[in-house]
This record gives sequence, C-alpha cells and structure tokens, in this order.
Amino acid sequence: RAAWVSGKTRPMEYRVAQLEALGRFLDEKKEDILEAIALDMGKPPFEAELSEIFLCKNELHEALNNLSHWVKDQHVDRNLVMQLDSTFIRKDPYGVVLIIAPWNCPISLLLGPLIGAVAAGNCVILKPSEVTKNTERLMAEALPSYLDKDCVALVTAGVQETTRLLENKFDYIFYTGNPSVGRIVMAAAAKHLTPVMLELGGKNPCYVCDTCDVQNVARRVAWGRFFNAGQTCAGPDYVLCSAEMQEKLVPALRKAITDFYGFNPRVSPDFARIVGDTHFQRVQALLRSGRVVIGGQTDEKERYIAPTVLVDLQPSDPVMQEEIFGPILSIITVANMDEAIDFINSRERPLVVYAFSSDDKVVNQVLERTSSGGFCGNDTLMHVMLTSLPFGGIGNSGLGMYHGKFTFDTFTHHRGCLHRNMGREALNTLRYPPYSQQKLGIVRAASEVKRKGACTLL
Amino acid sequence: SPHADLVSHLRAAWLSGKTRPMEYRVAQLEALGRFLDENKQDILKATALDMRKPPFEVELSEIFICRSELNHTLNHLGTWMKDEHVEKNWVTQLDSAFIRKDPYGVVLIIGPWNYPINLLLVPLIGAIAAGNCVVMKPSEISRNVERLVAEMLPRYLDKDCFAVVTAGVEETTRLLENKFDYIFFTGSPSVGKIVMAAAAKHLTPVTLELGGKNPCYVSDTCDVQNVARRVAWGRFFNAGQTCVAPDYVLCSAEMQEKLLPALREAIAEFYGSNPQESPDFARIVGDKQFQRVQALLRSGRVVIGGQMDAQARYIAPTVLVDVQQDDPIMQEEIFGPILPILTVASVDDAIAFINAQERPLALYVFSSCKKVVNRVLERTSSGGFCANDTIMHMTLTSLPFGGIGT
Repeated sequence: RAAWVSGKTRPMEYRVAQLEALGRFLDEKKEDILEAIALDMGKPPFEAELSEIFLCKNELHEALNNLSHWVKDQHVDRNLVMQLDSTFIRKDPYGVVLIIAPWNCPISLLLGPLIGAVAAGNCVILKPSEVTKNTERLMAEALPSYLDKDCVALVTAGVQETTRLLENKFDYIFYTGNPSVGRIVMAAAAKHLTPVMLELGGKNPCYVCDTCDVQNVARRVAWGRFFNAGQTCAGPDYVLCSAEMQEKLVPALRKAITDFYGFNPRVSPDFARIVGDTHFQRVQALLRSGRVVIGGQTDEKERYIAPTVLVDLQPSDPVMQEEIFGPILSIITVANMDEAIDFINSRERPLVVYAFSSDDKVVNQVLERTSSGGFCGNDTLMHVMLTSLPFGGIGNSGLGMYHGKFTFDTFTHHRGCLHRNMGREALNTLRYPPYSQQKLGIVRAASEVKRKGACTLL
Repeated sequence: SPHADLVSHLRAAWLSGKTRPMEYRVAQLEALGRFLDENKQDILKATALDMRKPPFEVELSEIFICRSELNHTLNHLGTWMKDEHVEKNWVTQLDSAFIRKDPYGVVLIIGPWNYPINLLLVPLIGAIAAGNCVVMKPSEISRNVERLVAEMLPRYLDKDCFAVVTAGVEETTRLLENKFDYIFFTGSPSVGKIVMAAAAKHLTPVTLELGGKNPCYVSDTCDVQNVARRVAWGRFFNAGQTCVAPDYVLCSAEMQEKLLPALREAIAEFYGSNPQESPDFARIVGDKQFQRVQALLRSGRVVIGGQMDAQARYIAPTVLVDVQQDDPIMQEEIFGPILPILTVASVDDAIAFINAQERPLALYVFSSCKKVVNRVLERTSSGGFCANDTIMHMTLTSLPFGGIGT
C-alpha cells in the first residue's frame, strides 16, 4: 500500500516495463511451465500452450498495444452550463488488489488478471492455487524475480492461511473458483467494502436442436467437454436434446472421441488427467448416474477417467446436482426447445449457455429466453478466446467481467472529473439563494434535457 | 420471510419476459414521468414536512434531476438496448460476435432520506430501462415522502413487476434475506457493509453509494469571494445533508483569514442576517440526527453561526476553526450545516492529510493554478473530483458517479 501511495505504479513507462518483464517470464520459463503443468495434471503440451501460454501472451500484447489509449482521460459530453469546462473520466487504479487463482488453468487464470491489474496501475498480491503444487512452486520461485518486489508479491497459502489473508483490507479482490468459496470471499470483502470480481462456475447447458450437422456438433461438443479432461469452467456440462437426436448424437460422439484420442484414450498423449485424488473420487462418484454408453473406464493411480457419455439421466441424479468438472458428458432428453429453455431456466444461471442449430431462429430464441454469463451458438469455448467479448458469470456463476480491455476496466476506478473556471461567477448566482421562481426557470432552461421525438422501435 | 411471496411473484413476471420489449419499458418510464408531474405539489409538501426543504431545492435536486434522467434515458434507450457488435479475430471473421444487454432480473433499490425522491427514482429509471423487475424500499426516516411513494407510485407502474415495500431496520434485514439479482443501496458505510454481507450469501452484485468526509482544498491563488460562495452553496444546500457536500476545508492560515469574512458575506447574501427566518434554508431531518450533528459543534471554535433550535431542528450555517484531526467533528461525516476549517502549510501537506483518511466520495480543489489542481487530482484517490466548484460534477449525466473504498 505504501508503494502504491508513493505513486510508483502510475507512470506508463513503469507499467509497460512490468508487463514486458511478464512477457519475458512467459518466454524464458515456457519449458518449465509446460513441465509443471504436465506433472500437476497430465495436461497435453498442446493444450497447455494454447490455454495457458498463448492466451496470456495475447492478453499481454493487447494490453501493451492499447495501454496508452486505455489510460487516457476520457472526455465526455457537456451540457450547456458546462460548455467551457473540462469534463472527463480519469482512469485511477484501485490500489492494492488480491488475485486468487484456481487450479484448472493455473497460469492463465493467475496471470490474465495480473496483466489487467498491472496495466491499470495497481499493486498486486497473487495467490496461486495450492492444489497444482508444481505450478505453485514454479510461480513462487521464478515469477517474483521478474517483477518489482515493492509492488507485486506472491503468497502461497492453503485454505486456512487464505482465510487469514482475506482479513486484510484490499482495494479489489479478483477470485476465480467455485460458488461456495466465492461466498466466503465476498463476505470477507464486505467487511472492508472491497469490490470483488467472482469468476465462478455452474452447469453449462448445451441444447442440440434436431436441425444440425450431427457430426460437426459431436466434434465441437466433445472438444469443449474433454479439453483439459473436462476441467474447464466454460466446458459444456450437459446436453439437452430430443430422443431422436440422442440416437444420432451418441454414435457421432463415439466417432469424435475415437478421432481425437484413439480407441484407448488412456494411451493418447492428448488427453489430460484429473488434478488430484479428492477431485478424482468426486468425479468418479458421479459415474453412478444413469447409464454409461461411451467410456466409463477409470484408473485411480493415474487419476484417469475416460471420455465418457451418460444417458437415461434424471434431474435428481448426482451428476446433475453439481458442476461436473470432469470428462463426463451427460445427455438429458427433452421434447422440444421450449422444454429445454424451461429446464435451463429452472436451474441456477450458468457461466455459458450453448445452443446448436442450423436455424438462426432457434439460436436466437434460446439466447433471448435464457440468462447466462455468456453465450455461444454452434460451438463451445470459442467465445472465451475473443478478447473483445466480456467474459464473466451471473447469479451463481459469478459477477463482473474481464478479458482484454474489460480486465483493465475491472481494475480501474472510473473517476468522474469536472474542472471549472475560477471566474465566470455570474452564471452561478442563478443557483444561489435567495431563491426565486425566475431563477429556477432560467436554471432549468439552461440545464434541461429535453425529450426528443418518438423512440425508434427495435 | 414476509416478502418472499412478493419476490417470487416479481421473479415469475421477469421470467415470463414481460419487461423485455422496449415498448413496455418506455410505457413504464413515461408513467413514472406522469407520477412526477401529477404529484409535484404533494412531493413539495412532503419534503417540506420531512425536512423543511425549500421548494427551489426540491424542484432542482429532486424533481428536475429525475426528469432529466428520465428524458436522457428515453432519448437513448433504443441505442443502449442494441446488441453491441465487437471486433473479431481472423478465426471468427465470418461469425457474429456481440454483447447482448440482458437484465439482471429482480433488483432491490434501497433509498436514503436526504434526497428521498431523487435517490430512489434515478436508480429505478435505469433498472426499468434495463428490463428488470424492481422492489423499492424508500427511507422510513423521511416519513411523509415514504407514505407518498408507497401510496401513489404503485398506481402508475405495473404491479406485476414493480413494488414498493415500507420497512424499518428490522424488516429491511428480513427483506435482505431474499435472493435478489442486484441490490442498489444508498446510505451509510456501516449499513453498506450489512447489505453487502447479506448480498454475499446469494452472490448478488451490489452498487453501494455511501459517503465520507469530502475534503475541500483551497489554495492561496484563488478568487476568495467566488470560492466562499461556491463552498457555502455546496455545504449549506439541504442544510448540509448531501453526500457530496464539502465536509471540511484545508487551507493555509493566510487563506483562512481571507476566507472567513468571505464566507460570512456569502452566508449573509444567501440567507440574510438570521438564517432561521430565511425560507431558503432547510432543517435537520429528525431529532436523532439533530442531536448527532449538534454534538459535533463541540469541536474547535465557532466563528460563524453556531445557533440552534432543537424544536425546529434548526442548526445555523456554521463555520469552525482551530479544529484538530482528532476532534469529534473529524471522526465522522458531518451531514449537517457545519464547515470546519483545518490549516495546512502547503498543497503537499493537504494531499498527505487527505491520503491519511478514508477515500471520500468527492474531492474538491479551488485554485486558479492548473498545476495545483492536477497535482491534487493525480496524487489522491476519490469517487469523483471537482475543481473550482462543489457538487456540480454530480449533475452531469455523462460522468459516472460513485465512490471508492468506504
């Protein structure tokens, strides 16, 4: 906090230097990062490069390319009274921010927010996940030497120490994780009136309409579901489709899985593992729902769960009670799109709603009649990769949004500023007592916002 | 919870999609406009009864501001509602990428007593425009306005989607047990913490408009009489019960000597030689608040004003000097017609003083020198900032208004 109050993090040159140092960290430590992630979760290097290193570098470049524009004062429209004044939004940092990262994408979900926080001029405390031990150790040992120790620190902590950490007053808290811990974080933040961003999770529904290209759908859904062995907050959690579509979808999924991972995914180098024993047991238990039609094999020692598809499920089954966060795709049959929409709306609002249909009208109906953090028609995960789209949850799946400029804005206090002239007092006398109807009339006329003609109907 | 049924009813209405079409939202907003027009006299009467608010102040800070927000919203709603198309990368070149403006659902708006119409209806206008259903909780302290809003407003709005709940502290706590999709609270930091803690149980996003001690640095290079008028206006409007009012002045000893007679003159210009007789000066809202503010007078030394009348809840426009940082009046937001002056040696001392306190809602600087203004702006942190005037930054709708920290 002392470093922040000193103003050290404000100059643009400083922020650029920090961001470039972060870029060097990603370049110079790339092999170590890939190794740590492989040890922690058996993540295929391709997936780690894409979802961890590549995404970070994109965010870094976007910040460096645009920072001078983002930090500028934003001048705003003036009314008649303020025509000669200076009216603008100043982009101030919040101060000392805390970023708590999860274990599923331990690099990008720690460094992505860090990029925005540093770009916005804040000091940062980073709390990587203790679950991905190798990555945590690498970050704790290697990262601090690249960044200014006065302004960025990394804290390793388990559950208890994180609770103690949260007793401190932060000026912003960015948390990625699950809803129940999200509540704890927000409650701790409330004691200090600290604003928060919560990236949580949920069960992301995936409606597959009868009019679609079944094989393409199967590939896109399988890719989104089994990437990182299902440990993706935006992954499709369950499919809603008609019984007829299910009959076509299951063989198409079987083919997609075989195309991706071969006949024995356990020996494919391209399929990750579950991060730890507790999680393995949790996901394994969910297999006892419905009926396994694809996969279902597990290996506890390796923490391997095969790409699996379940059918004959009831809303009350265990696999429908919590976010799966594993390589299991549930299929629930519904009569039609309306039933699918009702099903989705009767549950907590998810991070993503997916809809597959060749008919734009169907996609638009699902979009209009549901509420979710984000939405993607005819693909999975891809909306997360576009930094010009805000990424975030709603209701149980979170609050706040980030990626690209939205991250910078998240960590920025938009300070409304008015700079008037010391003179020109004559105009001001109209608002001073002693009051009169005449003065009121003039003041109103000078500041009135008139109603324009009829609104254009959308 | 006594309000559980109401909240479910509103949620069912929201799920039905009733509030989504633009025509619906426009109709509700226009009905709100009619509420303001048709009940204007009753609003003036109620605010006069609650706080002896001068009609000029009510017309300007309550009715006119709401009307401006309403018109601004109606003028732009079509644009605001549109899908916002975004830049695509080469992978998504042929796709459609846009931001859809969705309502949150059922939102709760809790209003304060100091501007009971404005600070309830301005958030309401935005909530309706965005397609939400709304539960409104006007302040129970401004009783006459509460009664007016509870009786009259529901007649103008769709009862399926909008409701007014009257509740004291206990029932508001019960109300907060329900799950809302957004909570907008205006009030004190201590209640703000309670609201946010309740919201945390449901992961409900919140907007908290709280308060603080808004510092007002007056540099040596300024037009003293203009400064005195602008500061006095901001401080004594609504008898000081304004969240963005200048709370205390920081200036050099030399400036203080010039500022005091200038303030005396401004106050006399505004309210005459006996402000208690002026029709243009409000009263403290209630006995409890009166006693709280009255106690703060025991700090420093009264150089202007200081008169009180407990029965009328009148506290004269007052200026205090020789105030120390640990005096009672420097420990809480004054929210009354008292302006303490603290002397500092330089602008850097003023900045250090400001930065040692909680971050305020507004920060004021008076200086003819741009460098001084910019120095204070750059080296402090506050909700909003205004140089060479008070309060006015809040009246420009193109500027975001809000706090930071407490």
